[in-house]
Amino acid sequence: MKQFLLIYLAPRLVQYVVVIFIGVTVAFFAPRFSPVDPVESMMAKVEGLGMTMDPESVARMKESLKDLYGLGGSLPEQYLAFWKRAVTLDFGPSLTSFPTPVSALVKRSLPWTLGLLATALGISWLLGSFLGGVAGYFESRKWSKFLEAGAMMMYPIPYFISAIAMQILLAYVFPIFPVGGAYPFGTLPEFSLGFVLSILQHAILPGLSLVLIGMGWWFLSMKAMISRVVAEDYVTFAQAGGVSSRKILFSYAMRNAILPQVTSLFMAIGSVFSGAIITEVVFNYPGLGLLLRKAIATGDYSVIMGVIVMSIVAIASAVLILDLIYPLIDPRIRRK
Amino acid sequence: MDALKKLLKHDIRFRWAFGIFSVIALMVLLSFFSPYGAREWNVVPATQPPSLQHPFGTNSMGQDIFWKLTFAVRNSMILAVIAASVSRVIAIIVGLVAGYLGGIPDRILMTVNDSFIIIPILPILILLSTILSGIPFYYLGCIIALFGWSQDARLIRSLTLSLRERTFTHTAYYSGMGMMKIVLREHLPYMVPILMATIMSNMLWAIGMEITLAVIGLAKVETPTLGVIMYWASEYNSMLTGTWWWLFFPISLSVLIFIGLYMFSTSLNRFLDPRTRLMMISERKSE
Repeated sequence: MKQFLLIYLAPRLVQYVVVIFIGVTVAFFAPRFSPVDPVESMMAKVEGLGMTMDPESVARMKESLKDLYGLGGSLPEQYLAFWKRAVTLDFGPSLTSFPTPVSALVKRSLPWTLGLLATALGISWLLGSFLGGVAGYFESRKWSKFLEAGAMMMYPIPYFISAIAMQILLAYVFPIFPVGGAYPFGTLPEFSLGFVLSILQHAILPGLSLVLIGMGWWFLSMKAMISRVVAEDYVTFAQAGGVSSRKILFSYAMRNAILPQVTSLFMAIGSVFSGAIITEVVFNYPGLGLLLRKAIATGDYSVIMGVIVMSIVAIASAVLILDLIYPLIDPRIRRK
Repeated sequence: MDALKKLLKHDIRFRWAFGIFSVIALMVLLSFFSPYGAREWNVVPATQPPSLQHPFGTNSMGQDIFWKLTFAVRNSMILAVIAASVSRVIAIIVGLVAGYLGGIPDRILMTVNDSFIIIPILPILILLSTILSGIPFYYLGCIIALFGWSQDARLIRSLTLSLRERTFTHTAYYSGMGMMKIVLREHLPYMVPILMATIMSNMLWAIGMEITLAVIGLAKVETPTLGVIMYWASEYNSMLTGTWWWLFFPISLSVLIFIGLYMFSTSLNRFLDPRTRLMMISERKSE
């Protein structure tokens, strides 16, 4: 057990810390190397509204903005202060919806993003791996080749394009699904069957566009793996021994090929998260993506920083949790 | 040249990719003969559906979409090439060093590398492009490249790990060749074909990233790229106003480019696979 902790657990924890460290450091230094000063640009916006202020209150406002943005003091001091914000997940109040704290805004949006991300990732992984496995086992059949061609066409398309194509096709040309939003405009969230159904109805299009693209990759990698496993001796032996193909496929071949699929699932979470963000922008879905988009449009610097740091922490934690349950499905790691 | 002929003959995917790329190359060439400037507007009647005179229609800003797209394809391809080459340099350095040195340097580099795989890249790219708002597309390409090397660094590392154990590496080492020389002169040539395949898939990724960033309004909106055209189309609500051709043609063209690049990369990978080589040889014998 002690050895297991050392060999398996320690590198994962180190990885977790490094991911967050790199993410937070990049998020900290990026704005500081830029020619644009967030304080100055906010001041320009305020003056653009036609407000006239005496020099003293301008100076005071600049001071308090600097404080809000965490730009007071020397660079190392700012860096430490930034870490404090990141660890306590406290990024101060949002400027456009003052005085709501950034963390409250993120907390409101995060469930939508996580819900969309988790269901889309889960469905595309399961369906893609299953279909890829079956298609890999019956490689010479016509339908298998047809599915592969479809996956090859879908896989390279970026999430944004698939989202907008879905929206045009199934919301404008054939108005089957709502164009955007998470629930009908003007209704208040309540716990009733009708409301839950309408949430599902609104989630189908964004979900579908994520699933279709994601499935392509899971299909292709599973198919490649199965066709390699099928050539192995133990499969030939099982076939010669008269084991039914269904049993060979599901209990022999897939069981072995699924492990690398799980590992690449962990690695894919980050990029699918990026996909979810852009899908939310297209469908006006009230998750982190839309929050980020609005913050960019209004120049709400604290919200931008908050969303970025918190999403890095959330993704890293998700990967760590999945990594920790991984030994449950791979017995080899437990025994080592 | 011989390889090209073989690929064309044996792989239907390569034939498709080749066809798609001839179209793309033609468009890039045509952009130099465009009757309208890349940034001019109100030069043709606005909001015309596709016709003989304007094959892809015109947009609400009085621009011909076909000619606008020729510029967009050129700029997007330049961005993709920049992003792919810069990120290749980083990937090669990280992969070669980690794979050759092994041990602790390898562990450190790979932990950093995996962090770049796990970190959601889009929010960080959004942050960077917000700050540097309206940067020219070639700078954007460099920034995209800074985040697009980690997957391929891993691939190069695993290749180096296996090359390191080959006899010729030992021979070179005991003949007194330094690490730099062994890695660059002996190992790198083995990787060139695989690097070609990763360049294609990285270009694809970079074009998609540019489109994503541009549509949120984070690119320089005066220079036409595929993403910028889609940005203007959605700014003018082209779907609500029924000017479908404004979005349809850039989207179909980008999908075509994505599929073309992907097919290039997979057919190259297949071509490099020794099993495929054997198949080709046996086919030639039976002819």
